[in-house]
Amino acid sequence: MSQRALIHLPAKVRRGEVIMVRALVAHPMETGHRVDSGGQRLPRDIIRRVEARLDGELVFAADLHPAIAANPYVVFPLRVTGDGMLTVDWSGDRGFAHRERAEIVAT
Amino acid sequence: MKTAALALLFLAVAAAGEPRRSGFADMSPATQAMQRDDAANPAWLWLKDGEQRFARDCARCHAVERMDGVAARYPAWDATLRRPLTLGGRIAQCQQRHVGGPTLEPESDARLALETFVAHRSRGWPITPPADPRLASWRDRGRALYGQRVGQLDLACADCHDRHAGQRLAGSVIPQGHPTGYPIYRLEWQGMGSLQRRLRGCLTGVRAEPFEADSDEFTALELFLMQRAAGMPVETPAVRP
Repeated sequence: MSQRALIHLPAKVRRGEVIMVRALVAHPMETGHRVDSGGQRLPRDIIRRVEARLDGELVFAADLHPAIAANPYVVFPLRVTGDGMLTVDWSGDRGFAHRERAEIVAT
Repeated sequence: MKTAALALLFLAVAAAGEPRRSGFADMSPATQAMQRDDAANPAWLWLKDGEQRFARDCARCHAVERMDGVAARYPAWDATLRRPLTLGGRIAQCQQRHVGGPTLEPESDARLALETFVAHRSRGWPITPPADPRLASWRDRGRALYGQRVGQLDLACADCHDRHAGQRLAGSVIPQGHPTGYPIYRLEWQGMGSLQRRLRGCLTGVRAEPFEADSDEFTALELFLMQRAAGMPVETPAVRP
Protein backbone atom coordinates (compact mmCIF):
# COMPACT_ATOMS: atom_id res chain seq x y z
CA MET A 1 0.00 0.00 0.00
CA SER A 2 1.17 3.46 -0.74
CA GLN A 3 -0.38 4.86 2.44
CA ARG A 4 1.88 3.43 5.16
CA ALA A 5 1.06 5.57 8.16
CA LEU A 6 -1.34 8.20 9.48
CA ILE A 7 -0.69 10.80 12.19
CA HIS A 8 -3.62 12.64 13.74
CA LEU A 9 -3.24 15.87 15.68
CA PRO A 10 -6.05 18.00 17.14
CA ALA A 11 -7.41 20.54 14.64
CA LYS A 12 -6.46 23.46 16.92
CA VAL A 13 -3.41 23.45 19.16
CA ARG A 14 -2.79 26.12 21.81
CA ARG A 15 0.67 26.96 23.10
CA GLY A 16 1.37 25.23 26.44
CA GLU A 17 -1.40 22.69 25.90
CA VAL A 18 -0.90 18.92 26.26
CA ILE A 19 -2.23 17.22 23.13
CA MET A 20 -2.67 13.56 22.26
CA VAL A 21 -0.75 12.48 19.18
CA ARG A 22 -2.30 9.43 17.50
CA ALA A 23 -0.26 7.39 15.06
CA LEU A 24 -1.36 4.40 12.99
CA VAL A 25 0.98 2.38 10.78
CA ALA A 26 0.28 -0.38 8.25
CA HIS A 27 2.24 -3.48 9.26
CA PRO A 28 1.38 -7.22 9.47
CA MET A 29 3.11 -7.74 12.89
CA GLU A 30 3.77 -11.41 12.16
CA THR A 31 4.55 -12.94 15.58
CA GLY A 32 7.01 -15.65 14.53
CA HIS A 33 4.95 -18.24 16.41
CA ARG A 34 2.54 -19.13 13.59
CA VAL A 35 2.95 -21.74 10.87
CA ASP A 36 1.81 -21.55 7.25
CA SER A 37 -0.45 -24.09 5.51
CA GLY A 38 2.62 -26.28 4.84
CA GLY A 39 3.61 -26.42 8.52
CA GLN A 40 6.61 -24.14 8.05
CA ARG A 41 7.11 -21.53 10.74
CA LEU A 42 6.46 -17.99 9.49
CA PRO A 43 9.48 -15.87 10.39
CA ARG A 44 8.92 -13.05 12.81
CA ASP A 45 8.23 -9.72 11.11
CA ILE A 46 7.33 -7.01 13.59
CA ILE A 47 7.98 -3.36 14.28
CA ARG A 48 10.54 -3.17 17.09
CA ARG A 49 10.68 0.52 17.85
CA VAL A 50 8.63 3.69 17.50
CA GLU A 51 10.34 7.03 18.02
CA ALA A 52 8.79 10.48 17.85
CA ARG A 53 10.89 13.61 17.57
CA LEU A 54 9.84 17.23 17.76
CA ASP A 55 12.32 19.34 15.81
CA GLY A 56 14.92 16.61 16.35
CA GLU A 57 14.36 16.19 20.10
CA LEU A 58 13.13 12.76 21.20
CA VAL A 59 9.71 13.23 22.84
CA PHE A 60 8.37 9.67 22.84
CA ALA A 61 9.69 6.16 22.21
CA ALA A 62 8.32 2.66 22.58
CA ASP A 63 9.57 -0.90 22.09
CA LEU A 64 7.01 -3.17 20.44
CA HIS A 65 6.79 -6.93 20.97
CA PRO A 66 5.28 -9.93 19.15
CA ALA A 67 1.87 -9.94 20.89
CA ILE A 68 0.81 -6.63 19.34
CA ALA A 69 -1.94 -6.67 16.68
CA ALA A 70 -1.37 -5.83 13.03
CA ASN A 71 -1.41 -2.14 12.07
CA PRO A 72 -0.33 -0.89 15.51
CA TYR A 73 -1.99 2.23 16.89
CA VAL A 74 0.09 4.31 19.30
CA VAL A 75 -1.19 7.30 21.26
CA PHE A 76 1.05 9.55 23.35
CA PRO A 77 0.76 12.95 25.08
CA LEU A 78 2.85 15.88 23.95
CA ARG A 79 3.20 19.34 25.50
CA VAL A 80 3.22 21.98 22.78
CA THR A 81 5.57 24.87 23.42
CA GLY A 82 5.40 26.35 19.95
CA ASP A 83 5.33 25.56 16.25
CA GLY A 84 7.34 22.57 15.21
CA MET A 85 7.78 19.57 12.98
CA LEU A 86 6.84 16.23 14.52
CA THR A 87 8.60 13.21 13.00
CA VAL A 88 7.57 9.66 13.81
CA ASP A 89 9.86 6.76 12.86
CA TRP A 90 8.87 3.13 12.87
CA SER A 91 11.57 0.51 12.46
CA GLY A 92 11.68 -3.24 12.73
CA ASP A 93 12.48 -6.67 11.31
CA ARG A 94 13.49 -7.22 7.67
CA GLY A 95 14.82 -3.68 7.52
CA PHE A 96 11.39 -2.11 7.93
CA ALA A 97 11.66 1.65 8.27
CA HIS A 98 9.01 4.30 7.77
CA ARG A 99 8.96 7.99 8.58
CA GLU A 100 5.89 10.21 8.73
CA ARG A 101 5.85 13.94 9.41
CA ALA A 102 3.20 16.24 10.80
CA GLU A 103 3.47 19.99 11.26
CA ILE A 104 2.33 21.47 14.56
CA VAL A 105 1.03 25.02 14.29
CA ALA A 106 0.30 26.48 17.73
CA THR A 107 -1.97 29.48 18.30
CA MET B 1 -19.41 15.80 12.68
CA LYS B 2 -20.18 13.07 10.17
CA THR B 3 -19.70 10.52 12.95
CA ALA B 4 -22.14 12.39 15.16
CA ALA B 5 -24.69 12.44 12.35
CA LEU B 6 -24.20 8.72 11.89
CA ALA B 7 -24.69 8.06 15.61
CA LEU B 8 -27.87 10.14 15.51
CA LEU B 9 -29.10 8.12 12.56
CA PHE B 10 -28.56 4.92 14.54
CA LEU B 11 -30.51 6.36 17.45
CA ALA B 12 -33.32 7.50 15.16
CA VAL B 13 -33.52 4.04 13.61
CA ALA B 14 -33.58 2.37 17.02
CA ALA B 15 -36.22 4.77 18.29
CA ALA B 16 -38.59 4.11 15.39
CA GLY B 17 -38.99 0.50 16.51
CA GLU B 18 -36.85 -0.72 13.64
CA PRO B 19 -36.47 -4.48 14.13
CA ARG B 20 -33.30 -4.60 12.02
CA ARG B 21 -29.96 -4.11 13.77
CA SER B 22 -26.58 -3.34 12.31
CA GLY B 23 -23.80 -5.57 13.60
CA PHE B 24 -22.43 -2.33 15.08
CA ALA B 25 -25.09 -2.41 17.80
CA ASP B 26 -23.86 -5.78 19.13
CA MET B 27 -20.15 -4.93 19.26
CA SER B 28 -18.23 -4.20 22.45
CA PRO B 29 -17.94 -0.50 23.39
CA ALA B 30 -14.20 -0.67 22.60
CA THR B 31 -14.77 -1.93 19.06
CA GLN B 32 -17.56 0.61 18.56
CA ALA B 33 -15.21 3.37 19.65
CA MET B 34 -12.62 2.11 17.16
CA GLN B 35 -15.13 2.43 14.31
CA ARG B 36 -16.43 5.83 15.45
CA ASP B 37 -12.97 7.37 15.69
CA ASP B 38 -11.49 7.89 12.23
CA ALA B 39 -8.02 8.27 13.75
CA ALA B 40 -8.17 4.87 15.46
CA ASN B 41 -9.95 2.96 12.68
CA PRO B 42 -7.25 1.02 10.76
CA ALA B 43 -9.50 0.93 7.66
CA TRP B 44 -8.38 4.53 7.11
CA LEU B 45 -5.00 3.24 5.94
CA TRP B 46 -6.80 1.60 3.00
CA LEU B 47 -9.19 4.53 2.62
CA LYS B 48 -6.34 7.05 2.27
CA ASP B 49 -4.59 4.71 -0.15
CA GLY B 50 -7.83 4.52 -2.15
CA GLU B 51 -8.07 8.30 -2.18
CA GLN B 52 -4.64 8.54 -3.80
CA ARG B 53 -5.42 5.78 -6.29
CA PHE B 54 -8.72 7.45 -7.17
CA ALA B 55 -6.97 10.77 -7.80
CA ARG B 56 -4.42 9.03 -10.03
CA ASP B 57 -6.60 6.58 -12.00
CA CYS B 58 -10.24 7.59 -11.73
CA ALA B 59 -10.48 11.36 -11.28
CA ARG B 60 -10.00 12.19 -14.96
CA CYS B 61 -13.47 10.70 -15.65
CA HIS B 62 -15.19 10.70 -12.23
CA ALA B 63 -15.48 13.78 -10.04
CA VAL B 64 -15.00 12.72 -6.41
CA GLU B 65 -18.26 14.43 -5.33
CA ARG B 66 -20.18 12.40 -7.91
CA MET B 67 -19.25 9.28 -5.91
CA ASP B 68 -21.48 10.39 -3.00
CA GLY B 69 -24.25 7.86 -2.47
CA VAL B 70 -23.06 5.57 -5.27
CA ALA B 71 -22.16 2.62 -3.03
CA ALA B 72 -25.64 2.71 -1.47
CA ARG B 73 -27.06 1.74 -4.89
CA TYR B 74 -24.79 -1.25 -5.64
CA PRO B 75 -24.82 -4.00 -6.94
CA ALA B 76 -26.17 -2.47 -10.16
CA TRP B 77 -26.79 -3.59 -13.74
CA ASP B 78 -23.91 -3.38 -16.21
CA ALA B 79 -25.20 -2.81 -19.72
CA THR B 80 -22.01 -4.04 -21.43
CA LEU B 81 -21.76 -7.35 -19.57
CA ARG B 82 -25.57 -7.69 -19.35
CA ARG B 83 -25.29 -8.78 -15.72
CA PRO B 84 -25.17 -7.05 -12.33
CA LEU B 85 -21.86 -5.98 -10.86
CA THR B 86 -20.90 -5.43 -7.24
CA LEU B 87 -19.10 -2.20 -6.42
CA GLY B 88 -15.76 -4.03 -6.30
CA GLY B 89 -16.54 -5.72 -9.62
CA ARG B 90 -17.56 -2.39 -11.13
CA ILE B 91 -14.26 -0.81 -10.07
CA ALA B 92 -12.26 -3.73 -11.49
CA GLN B 93 -14.19 -3.54 -14.79
CA CYS B 94 -13.68 0.20 -15.01
CA GLN B 95 -9.95 -0.26 -14.43
CA GLN B 96 -9.77 -2.93 -17.13
CA ARG B 97 -11.77 -0.90 -19.71
CA HIS B 98 -10.48 2.61 -19.16
CA VAL B 99 -7.28 2.65 -17.11
CA GLY B 100 -5.35 -0.45 -18.07
CA GLY B 101 -2.47 -1.79 -16.06
CA PRO B 102 -2.65 -4.82 -13.79
CA THR B 103 -6.08 -6.31 -13.07
CA LEU B 104 -7.59 -5.44 -9.70
CA GLU B 105 -7.81 -8.92 -8.22
CA PRO B 106 -10.55 -9.68 -5.68
CA GLU B 107 -9.36 -9.05 -2.10
CA SER B 108 -6.22 -7.27 -3.32
CA ASP B 109 -5.22 -4.21 -1.33
CA ALA B 110 -5.61 -2.05 -4.45
CA ARG B 111 -9.21 -3.08 -5.08
CA LEU B 112 -10.17 -2.94 -1.40
CA ALA B 113 -8.61 0.50 -1.11
CA LEU B 114 -10.59 1.93 -4.02
CA GLU B 115 -13.78 0.21 -2.89
CA THR B 116 -13.35 1.53 0.66
CA PHE B 117 -12.74 5.06 -0.59
CA VAL B 118 -15.78 5.05 -2.90
CA ALA B 119 -18.07 3.34 -0.36
CA HIS B 120 -16.97 5.78 2.35
CA ARG B 121 -18.39 8.62 0.22
CA SER B 122 -21.81 7.06 0.97
CA ARG B 123 -21.37 6.90 4.74
CA GLY B 124 -24.67 7.84 6.41
CA TRP B 125 -26.65 7.40 3.17
CA PRO B 126 -29.57 4.97 3.32
CA ILE B 127 -29.05 1.78 1.33
CA THR B 128 -31.17 2.27 -1.80
CA PRO B 129 -31.23 -0.79 -4.09
CA PRO B 130 -32.04 0.20 -7.67
CA ALA B 131 -35.56 -0.63 -8.92
CA ASP B 132 -34.14 -1.95 -12.22
CA PRO B 133 -36.45 -4.84 -13.29
CA ARG B 134 -33.48 -6.72 -14.77
CA LEU B 135 -32.16 -7.24 -11.22
CA ALA B 136 -35.35 -8.94 -9.98
CA SER B 137 -34.48 -12.46 -11.11
CA TRP B 138 -31.00 -12.09 -9.59
CA ARG B 139 -32.47 -11.00 -6.27
CA ASP B 140 -34.81 -13.99 -6.33
CA ARG B 141 -31.81 -16.22 -6.88
CA GLY B 142 -30.05 -14.55 -3.97
CA ARG B 143 -33.11 -15.05 -1.77
CA ALA B 144 -33.16 -18.74 -2.72
CA LEU B 145 -29.44 -19.12 -1.93
CA TYR B 146 -30.00 -17.38 1.42
CA GLY B 147 -32.66 -19.95 2.36
CA GLN B 148 -30.91 -23.00 0.95
CA ARG B 149 -29.25 -25.45 3.35
CA VAL B 150 -25.63 -26.15 2.40
CA GLY B 151 -22.53 -27.93 3.68
CA GLN B 152 -21.90 -30.81 6.03
CA LEU B 153 -23.59 -28.86 8.82
CA ASP B 154 -26.66 -28.51 6.57
CA LEU B 155 -27.33 -24.89 7.50
CA ALA B 156 -28.80 -22.04 5.46
CA CYS B 157 -27.91 -18.35 6.00
CA ALA B 158 -31.47 -17.90 7.28
CA ASP B 159 -31.01 -20.53 9.99
CA CYS B 160 -28.53 -18.37 11.87
CA HIS B 161 -29.14 -14.82 10.64
CA ASP B 162 -32.97 -14.84 10.65
CA ARG B 163 -34.04 -17.56 13.09
CA HIS B 164 -31.21 -17.29 15.64
CA ALA B 165 -29.98 -13.73 15.23
CA GLY B 166 -29.28 -12.08 18.56
CA GLN B 167 -28.44 -15.41 20.18
CA ARG B 168 -24.89 -16.64 20.62
CA LEU B 169 -22.61 -18.87 18.63
CA ALA B 170 -19.98 -19.71 21.24
CA GLY B 171 -19.10 -16.30 22.72
CA SER B 172 -20.21 -14.17 19.77
CA VAL B 173 -23.60 -12.60 19.17
CA ILE B 174 -25.06 -13.80 15.85
CA PRO B 175 -25.74 -10.63 13.83
CA GLN B 176 -28.68 -10.21 11.51
CA GLY B 177 -26.27 -10.12 8.62
CA HIS B 178 -26.92 -6.70 7.12
CA PRO B 179 -24.01 -5.67 4.88
CA THR B 180 -23.97 -2.03 5.98
CA GLY B 181 -20.27 -1.39 6.40
CA TYR B 182 -18.31 -3.22 3.68
CA PRO B 183 -15.44 -3.34 2.99
CA ILE B 184 -14.81 -3.87 6.71
CA TYR B 185 -11.70 -3.94 8.88
CA ARG B 186 -12.16 -7.21 10.76
CA LEU B 187 -10.08 -7.71 13.89
CA GLU B 188 -10.03 -11.47 13.31
CA TRP B 189 -8.55 -10.94 9.83
CA GLN B 190 -6.18 -8.22 11.03
CA GLY B 191 -7.04 -6.55 7.77
CA MET B 192 -9.68 -5.42 5.29
CA GLY B 193 -12.09 -7.70 3.51
CA SER B 194 -15.08 -7.50 1.19
CA LEU B 195 -18.56 -8.91 1.72
CA GLN B 196 -17.51 -11.86 -0.45
CA ARG B 197 -14.72 -12.69 1.99
CA ARG B 198 -17.22 -12.62 4.85
CA LEU B 199 -19.64 -14.87 2.92
CA ARG B 200 -16.82 -17.25 2.06
CA GLY B 201 -16.02 -17.48 5.77
CA CYS B 202 -19.64 -18.37 6.53
CA LEU B 203 -19.68 -21.02 3.76
CA THR B 204 -16.50 -22.71 4.93
CA GLY B 205 -17.84 -22.41 8.49
CA VAL B 206 -20.75 -24.69 7.62
CA ARG B 207 -18.26 -26.84 5.65
CA ALA B 208 -19.70 -26.03 2.24
CA GLU B 209 -17.69 -25.44 -0.92
CA PRO B 210 -17.43 -21.63 -1.21
CA PHE B 211 -18.42 -19.91 -4.47
CA GLU B 212 -15.76 -18.43 -6.75
CA ALA B 213 -14.78 -14.80 -6.24
CA ASP B 214 -17.05 -12.46 -8.25
CA SER B 215 -19.28 -15.43 -9.12
CA ASP B 216 -22.95 -15.04 -10.06
CA GLU B 217 -23.89 -16.64 -6.74
CA PHE B 218 -22.03 -14.07 -4.63
CA THR B 219 -23.45 -11.21 -6.73
CA ALA B 220 -27.00 -12.60 -6.38
CA LEU B 221 -26.56 -12.98 -2.60
CA GLU B 222 -25.24 -9.45 -2.30
CA LEU B 223 -28.20 -8.10 -4.30
CA PHE B 224 -30.61 -9.88 -1.97
CA LEU B 225 -28.77 -8.81 1.20
CA MET B 226 -28.71 -5.16 0.12
CA GLN B 227 -32.46 -5.35 -0.60
CA ARG B 228 -32.94 -6.86 2.84
CA ALA B 229 -30.96 -3.99 4.39
CA ALA B 230 -32.69 -1.27 2.30
CA GLY B 231 -32.98 1.99 4.21
CA MET B 232 -30.27 1.20 6.76
CA PRO B 233 -27.39 3.70 6.75
CA VAL B 234 -24.06 2.84 5.10
CA GLU B 235 -21.27 2.67 7.74
CA THR B 236 -18.19 2.13 5.57
CA PRO B 237 -15.47 1.84 6.75
CA ALA B 238 -16.85 -0.38 9.51
CA VAL B 239 -14.86 -2.34 12.10
CA ARG B 240 -16.06 -5.78 13.12
CA PRO B 241 -14.67 -8.20 15.74
